[in-house]
Amino acid sequence: MMRRTATTALVLLLLPLAGLAAQDTVPPVEQGVRIGITYTPGLRPGMMVLGGSRTGAVDSVRAILGRDLDLSDRFEMISLPAGDSVVLGISGRQEGSPAMGDAPLFVNYSLHAALGAEYSVAVLPTADPLGLVVALYDVKGEAERQRFNVTVTDPADERFRLAVHHVADELVRAAVGEPGIAASRLLLVSNGRLYRVDADGAALTAVTPAGETIFSPTWDPTGLRAVYTVLSEGWGKIVVRDLVRGTATTVKPTATELNYTAAVSADGTWLAFSRSMEEGTDVYRYNLQRDCCLERLTVGRFSDNLSPTFSPDGRQIAFVSTRAGGQQIYVMSTDGTGQELFAPFDYGVTGNSNAPEWSPDGTQIAFHRDVVGSPQLFLMNVRSRVVRQLTSYGRNEDPTWAPDGRHLAFISDRTGRRQVWTIDVESGRVRQLTTIGDARLPAWSPRIQMVIQP
Amino acid sequence: MKLKISLVIGVAVMLVAAACGGGQPEPVAPAIDSTAIKDSIARAEARRRAYEDSVARARAEEERLRSEREEAARREAAMTAEVRNMLGTMIHFDFDKSAVRPGMDTDVLQSKLALLQANPAVSLEIVGNCDERGSDEYNMALGMRRATAAKKWLTDRGIADGRITVKSMGEENPIDPAHSEDAWTKNRRDEFNLTAGGAKLVKPAGM
Repeated sequence: MMRRTATTALVLLLLPLAGLAAQDTVPPVEQGVRIGITYTPGLRPGMMVLGGSRTGAVDSVRAILGRDLDLSDRFEMISLPAGDSVVLGISGRQEGSPAMGDAPLFVNYSLHAALGAEYSVAVLPTADPLGLVVALYDVKGEAERQRFNVTVTDPADERFRLAVHHVADELVRAAVGEPGIAASRLLLVSNGRLYRVDADGAALTAVTPAGETIFSPTWDPTGLRAVYTVLSEGWGKIVVRDLVRGTATTVKPTATELNYTAAVSADGTWLAFSRSMEEGTDVYRYNLQRDCCLERLTVGRFSDNLSPTFSPDGRQIAFVSTRAGGQQIYVMSTDGTGQELFAPFDYGVTGNSNAPEWSPDGTQIAFHRDVVGSPQLFLMNVRSRVVRQLTSYGRNEDPTWAPDGRHLAFISDRTGRRQVWTIDVESGRVRQLTTIGDARLPAWSPRIQMVIQP
Repeated sequence: MKLKISLVIGVAVMLVAAACGGGQPEPVAPAIDSTAIKDSIARAEARRRAYEDSVARARAEEERLRSEREEAARREAAMTAEVRNMLGTMIHFDFDKSAVRPGMDTDVLQSKLALLQANPAVSLEIVGNCDERGSDEYNMALGMRRATAAKKWLTDRGIADGRITVKSMGEENPIDPAHSEDAWTKNRRDEFNLTAGGAKLVKPAGM
């Protein structure tokens, strides 16, 4: 009896020791740092453009930057409830005080963070009346990320606007790693005349004189030249117009016959286009740099081939062909070999597909396809050949890629008249860009290089 | 007239000669054959009237010929205008199609065929058009197909290839800019323009 009780007591005593002993066999937790990346699609960093002084051009710059950052669709733009009356500027600094950099600035990072901003942008005057500083603050990191100097010329000068758009694109790059699309333009045709407009919808300007009928415009890879067809009495010639100098030259072999749907390869070497003749419509290419060497790429016989678009690596051309009966999207090598179907379709069921455009990153083709009699925007993944529909309201056609590869401009009649609209392919956000009488055939430029005027 | 004057001068000379006879013996005036003179006056008169008659007849003839020519020119111009009109008659197409439709459209082409055969100097240009639906750029190609279809119909029946050129204006040149079925029907068409030989056109017999 005693012994059993003693044993039991010993066991009871030993149990916690056993537990402790068990603990001793677990390896110790290592001290250190763990790094991980959480990807939440649809969640965008908060961006706030700070209010402040309204003197001179500061306000214009602030407004342009705010809109450009919003139009990039990469941020949750934070606007303050009382608007600009609540000045969240850099406190402790008087207007007109000596140049920046004299003393450390105070930025109320905790307040910005409380408002939901991950980045904030300030536009600040300097001692130089023609100079401004644009600063990007990393709120979480509580530090200034980058700053840019802007020289203010006339706010109405288009070069000034372009310079501010370049700053906006760099702000986007500093925040998310890829530049924005503010410093780009669109070409469009209205009432037969060619116009250009900035990516934010401002500065709609006629490019060609009245009296010329323009068709199927596109850009060269520098964004400084427009390439388009001039129609005349049933024929059409392709013209390259230098938008800076205002000079225009006809591409030699297109002086006769009906030539249209021009496209320029990303390295600027080749011009691809279609030519309609009695034998049918076919795709041709011409060496723009050597100004020679016209080649026919498709031999239609009883079908039409048109609307070529280059892959960004310059190796392939997607185009429209009626060889299967209706209009569908095909692809071939740039020398015309290896022609095959690109965007799959069901014969007799799928509507006509037209106006293909290869995305700048090479991964997608945007085009329009008839759905129950109305054209709608579609995207096709180049690798998987999976096709998805982007729009369904109204008639939507003629898509063209922005240089960021995630925005498309297109023509929609959803308001009753044909206008240029833009869509962000990732978030689905749709916006109207133009309000002119009648818009057709848009083309989005590459990022426009800064040009120093002679 | 000349005869009369000569006669009068002759008589006058004779009288003067008779008056200025002087110491010469009075010559015996020749016997004046008044009948002969009257006759020759009458004959001169007759000849003059005949001359005037022939002039008048010639003028009338000229007048007649001229009005006949004018009449012919008017008929010619009217026929040329009529043929020009017939050559310019448009044909129409079904939506998204470029086939020539049997019936009214082939009748129009048939009359063009006859006119082209009767007027070998004529050259035509056929311009294809579309309505505003469908891809803007594809409609250029479709317009060209429509023009080519009409050309082929004619060349298949013997018209020389070099007499017809084909062009397209896609949807860029509508006849009716409205957005209705009616307007679209009018816009889907081939237009025919004379490019040579249009100065004088004839209708073949039986048309």
